[in-house]
Amino acid sequence: MALLELRKVSLSFGGLRVVSDLDIEVNEGEIVSLIGPNGAGKTTLFNLITGIYDPDEGEILLDGRNIAGLQPHLINQLGVARTFQTLRLFLNMSVKENVMAAAYGQTRAGPLRAMLRTPGMRREEKEIERLAEERLGFFGERLMGYRWNQPAYSLSYANRRRLEIARATATGPRILLLDEPAAGMNPSETQEITELIGKLREEGGYTILVIEHDMHVVEGISDRVVALDHGVKIAEGSFGAVATDPMVIEAYLGLGAAARK
Amino acid sequence: MSDSTPEYPVHEGSEEPPVTSPAIGHDEWVARHVERRLPPKLGPVEERLRFVPWWAWLILFLGAACLLPVFSGSPYVRYVGFTTVLYMLLALGLNVVVGWGGLLDLGFVAFYGIGAYAYALLNSDHYGIHMWSVISIPIVVIIGGLAGLLLGLPSRRLSGDYLAIVTLFFLQLFQTLTTNGDQFLFGAGNVTGGANGILRIDPLDLFGKELAIQHGGAFAVGYYFVALGFFAVVFVALRFVNHSRTGRAWRSQREDALAAEVMGMPVNWLKLMSFSFGAATAALTGTLFASANEAVFPLEFYFVLLITVYTMVILGGQGSQAGVVLGAIVVGVLLELLRTPSHARDLFYVLVAAGLVVGLKFTWKLVAVAGGLIAFGFAVHAIAEAIDKSWVSGSAGAWVSDWVIVPVHLASWIAPASYIGLIAAVLGLTLVRGWVRTVLLVPVIYLAAFVWENVMLVKPEPTRYIVIGVILVALMILRPNGLLGERRVEIV
Repeated sequence: MALLELRKVSLSFGGLRVVSDLDIEVNEGEIVSLIGPNGAGKTTLFNLITGIYDPDEGEILLDGRNIAGLQPHLINQLGVARTFQTLRLFLNMSVKENVMAAAYGQTRAGPLRAMLRTPGMRREEKEIERLAEERLGFFGERLMGYRWNQPAYSLSYANRRRLEIARATATGPRILLLDEPAAGMNPSETQEITELIGKLREEGGYTILVIEHDMHVVEGISDRVVALDHGVKIAEGSFGAVATDPMVIEAYLGLGAAARK
Repeated sequence: MSDSTPEYPVHEGSEEPPVTSPAIGHDEWVARHVERRLPPKLGPVEERLRFVPWWAWLILFLGAACLLPVFSGSPYVRYVGFTTVLYMLLALGLNVVVGWGGLLDLGFVAFYGIGAYAYALLNSDHYGIHMWSVISIPIVVIIGGLAGLLLGLPSRRLSGDYLAIVTLFFLQLFQTLTTNGDQFLFGAGNVTGGANGILRIDPLDLFGKELAIQHGGAFAVGYYFVALGFFAVVFVALRFVNHSRTGRAWRSQREDALAAEVMGMPVNWLKLMSFSFGAATAALTGTLFASANEAVFPLEFYFVLLITVYTMVILGGQGSQAGVVLGAIVVGVLLELLRTPSHARDLFYVLVAAGLVVGLKFTWKLVAVAGGLIAFGFAVHAIAEAIDKSWVSGSAGAWVSDWVIVPVHLASWIAPASYIGLIAAVLGLTLVRGWVRTVLLVPVIYLAAFVWENVMLVKPEPTRYIVIGVILVALMILRPNGLLGERRVEIV
């Protein structure tokens, strides 16, 4: 059984059908790339999976359980974490706190226990801190040492993207949704991100669904590629197959582009 | 924006970054920005102070606060001390909602009122209930917390302006209910005593012995110490919550509610909790207020108090506990000093002197302006005296009576004209630059002194709030994050 499965999912904004009758499967341990021109519905799909939008029709199954209609924080606690295309860090909190905050769903100590500083609460707090340090350590020295106590707004763009990934992994997910992780990165950083996504699966054991426009990244990481256009799946398969698919070329380059080639 | 090449030189003389983190580009530079700006004289001191733990500061502060009644036997000073501690508690409570939760709660003082009224109902002849304070205070705190939840329920999906409107409505509702609570429908009878309030509330009864409000005809210092004890407990408890997953989640949803929700934090519930914690703190403060004043009236929990507490939080730096406490002390003491003209008189000159030093630094300009100001004043005074002796023989402060003009009788048009003229002159000052401004500063400050002595001191009540308003405006220009607030950015 697939870890994440979308069955006939549809969503409309008024008269505009953003996602229609979409079927997507992501298997445990897979890296699936989601491509498509701007406005194809890729980010909307992420918003559907994470519960920001509720689908009009269809089911979203996580490990066989329908999560459509659940509140976003519950979906996250069931094991779905994401990053944002437009970065949404907690800018006025420290780098370490950004990651520690994300452990909320995995921890239990309430405010009353915090007031009394019970031994259990203190143990949990130490555990959260260790987790945050470990997750930040995932990026080598980039987010280590003195950076822990800096506010997130002082980070560079590339480091903010890394911090978003670290924060997402701190929620203890099974599946990671990465929304354009290489956007705005220079070639060497893009290369680094490509390797990192592979490392996330190898070492973290995450299943990954990634939206990406950079075809080098897509080629480098994907087990499978799904192409969307106007909310409809137009192609699915290996990178080679999808990249040469006439429908995909048409979606990107216009009607007849495939024929002229 | 490459991360691999050093684009900016790392500041010389600052401590070397750890070997494990090579200096890399943009964020390195931003990170060291503050370090570079520290003046060399203050640098090492600040560096040392940073290692003093928070609880050491707290103990130091409490120790100093405990000495207040020792140094001053005046019951007035003790009572002001007590009120200031109440302000500190209120500021701590509002800081939870506004500073950490990021929720603009304009109904906050209603919870203070709810606490005071609840304590009054449980400890007075009104219903003939006389509970032991040790039991009634926790009950009141729980009632306050539940009331916070209740207000939070319809408001939890709101943010910003909309939340402000709903909570303001709640405050108005509280006012209306308490003012008309002596004739409720449904035969509930007299619940709140209406505009006459509830009188003869029992004093605190904490140690098996009633804590008398009056002690030998003066305000009993015991209340001051009890309030200080409550303050210490609340401060520590809230600090512990802030440094737990709940506190981090509060601040996360303040920063970005959607991201927080998607990262597994139940934003609606967190907002409710933040409302509730703020409300419970306010209700606790209300019990102290009611028991120490022996009476509660609806109008004590209204806009003036709301604005005062907000001023404390904003002035001190929202989000910083030490900041809002400092803000409460500054505003509380200022408001009290300004109440009586004899105390208020000198405050103006202190503020002007401080403002000049901050604005002009220790430069020749400062000397020129100060010298010019003194000379200008004596000259104007001498001229006025030569024309008509009664122009200068009013009662001014002792040490400025030869400098500022205070007529015996002020023509009725002078007060508004000089006041409006002063506002126009200050606005005019912002339009000019360079030496013109420096020169014009002298007559404008003199005009301000004239207005202060002749117009404002005569009417202490509005003056108090005008002064606080002016300080707030000045501070928001100079230090938008308040006295001890951390720097905040909205969008980068």
